[in-house]
Amino acid sequence: MNADDSVRQFLPKASLEALIAALRDQGYTVLGPRERDGVIALREVHAAADLAHGMHDEQAPGHYRLTADDDQLYFNYVLGADGPKRYLFPAQQRVVQLHVEGQRFVMDAASPAPPKLAFLGVRACELAAIAVQDRVFGADDPRTFRCEAELSYCETRRNAFFVAVNCTRPGGTCFCVSMGTGPKAERGYDLALTELRAGFVVEIGSERGREVAAQLPLRLPTEAELELADIKLAQARHSMGRTLQTDGLRTTLARNIEHPRWDQVAKRCLSCGNCTMVCPTCFCSTVVDSSALDGGSVTRTRLWESCFTHQFSYAHPGPVRHSIRGRYRQWLRHKLSTWWDQFGSSGCVGCGRCITWCPVGIDITEEACAIAATPSQSNSPFAEAWEGEGEAEAAGEVPR
Amino acid sequence: MTTGTNEISGPATSSITRPEPICGMDTWMPVATRVTAIKRENLNTHTYRMEIVDEALRAQYRWAPGQFNMLYAPGVGEAAISISSDADTPDMLDHTIRVVGSVTRTIFRTQVGEILGLRGPFGVGWPIDRLDGRDVVLVGGGIGIAPLRPVIYWLLANRDRVGRVVVLYGCRTPEDRVYAEELENWAEHAPIDVLVTVDNATGGWTGPVGVVTKLLQRIRVNAERTVVMVCGPRILNRVAASEFLQLHVPPSQVYVSLERNMNCGFGRCGHCQYGHWFVCKDGPVFCFKDIADIFAIEEI
Repeated sequence: MNADDSVRQFLPKASLEALIAALRDQGYTVLGPRERDGVIALREVHAAADLAHGMHDEQAPGHYRLTADDDQLYFNYVLGADGPKRYLFPAQQRVVQLHVEGQRFVMDAASPAPPKLAFLGVRACELAAIAVQDRVFGADDPRTFRCEAELSYCETRRNAFFVAVNCTRPGGTCFCVSMGTGPKAERGYDLALTELRAGFVVEIGSERGREVAAQLPLRLPTEAELELADIKLAQARHSMGRTLQTDGLRTTLARNIEHPRWDQVAKRCLSCGNCTMVCPTCFCSTVVDSSALDGGSVTRTRLWESCFTHQFSYAHPGPVRHSIRGRYRQWLRHKLSTWWDQFGSSGCVGCGRCITWCPVGIDITEEACAIAATPSQSNSPFAEAWEGEGEAEAAGEVPR
Repeated sequence: MTTGTNEISGPATSSITRPEPICGMDTWMPVATRVTAIKRENLNTHTYRMEIVDEALRAQYRWAPGQFNMLYAPGVGEAAISISSDADTPDMLDHTIRVVGSVTRTIFRTQVGEILGLRGPFGVGWPIDRLDGRDVVLVGGGIGIAPLRPVIYWLLANRDRVGRVVVLYGCRTPEDRVYAEELENWAEHAPIDVLVTVDNATGGWTGPVGVVTKLLQRIRVNAERTVVMVCGPRILNRVAASEFLQLHVPPSQVYVSLERNMNCGFGRCGHCQYGHWFVCKDGPVFCFKDIADIFAIEEI
């Protein structure tokens, strides 16, 4: 018996309805996994019947299919293409609306009030990704500055209720174990569920979670139920679709800016940006202006941006990263290496979406592994000039 | 490190003054600035003198040489433009702008008395507080002289605090010179050396011809006591940095101002990433020793 078994409870399957109702009663818009165009998508649910159930997903590089499965199980699939980022950091968001009045700019509309959202069925890797974006947007540091869009993120996020679902059946492109982010939610949730056929083993992660739990017909789990939940999670740890050897990877990628593998992957990469659109941590954006047709007001809108576009790095006289090689390299090195320098963590949580949704099936774990296997260590001509400065000076020349 | 004892110690950027933005770090709502004068520099480059319309904000506004503003044309967008006036008169802001895109083209149509938006100042500027007792060499290419002009003003105002001052400037033709009259004036009357070279000697040009780094042959550099500041096109930054390293100027005394696509100005939109740096908030001025590992790598 685990030490925390005293706090584990059991929610019978039929009472999932009660959980959704309790959240809705508290004024939350409940967002859960629904089937949409053959894909699991995070959308509003009004009742348990709205949730996708009785199916599992087949995921592989460039491949996603939903297949009928055990009708008793709700959460037998893992992630679809979207996730909480869709709501916390919307793909399109007004940051300010203004008009010019004489010699002044006048703000027309304040930011809309942040929504009150409850995420049902959030996976551990998603919670980890939210923690990553918290660091990017400064949600974990009250002293930091925030623009309108970041305020909106922080408030929406602070208001949000998270019902995690621990993964008992990892997908074919999952590698959360390698990234230390799953398959079990360890933090960042209000309630966490581990699904069994008869119901859910429930863990409470916050005071807010306790309040909601108090309204549910919970009972104490049996020894067998707890054991089964533990076994399912232990099995999940050993059935990851992918692995990524992370030891030393940050340094390896920092030192392998030039490597023949970048040329190879560039031949396959379409530079479509799908990986950045499905990534739960990608945060790049562009604020664009649009004028009202009557010319009266201007709306400034923040849009998701992708480092795979030309315009992303465009500065006169042309894009800095003009080749696919340069753009793929930027993306991968940012995720697994320079993100550490910027935000103190990896930018990858191992959700596997970029692998599944890549139209040509490029696999981030495979690319990183290939570079780590044959490091080339040839970087800037100036790196040598700097590191070997003493010897170079003694020899009377600094390589150009 | 085997550089001389005279080498500047301490972290390269931490001590550099960095006024916080009065506007823009926490909002996408720009402040209105009035264009008070426009000076034509060359065919496609104008210098816009501006003042913040709101008097209280104008009085608060401080900036450091090398910092930039996001200038805003309502309905069109923003462009990152370095401030090119004298930081000692922070209420009078010069922005030297070349037409290269939709925003700068819109600004080009702005008349005196009209307003534009501004967010800023952003970024880390030049190492003004590390120049005491140093020789200073400024290298500018084309419009790259713009962020260096505030440094020249500072050097002229604090001439006794520094050793030799050399300004090297290069552009395509004599007609392309930015701040041409000022450069001539400084060359003749100011206690600094100003050398200007052009790629093509059109008109009656009798001065040096060739790339700006060729001017290095005309000056003597006391490497250990020299601080170098470079701003120009990517290729000039690369060649100039390389030349000064060859002259044994320590990497910790070579500074480069980089240009990248910028959208937010405060390190959140991701556009300006340069290795792990965000050029908008960690730069645009970098000490060479901090970026030596990625400098001159294509597409980084």
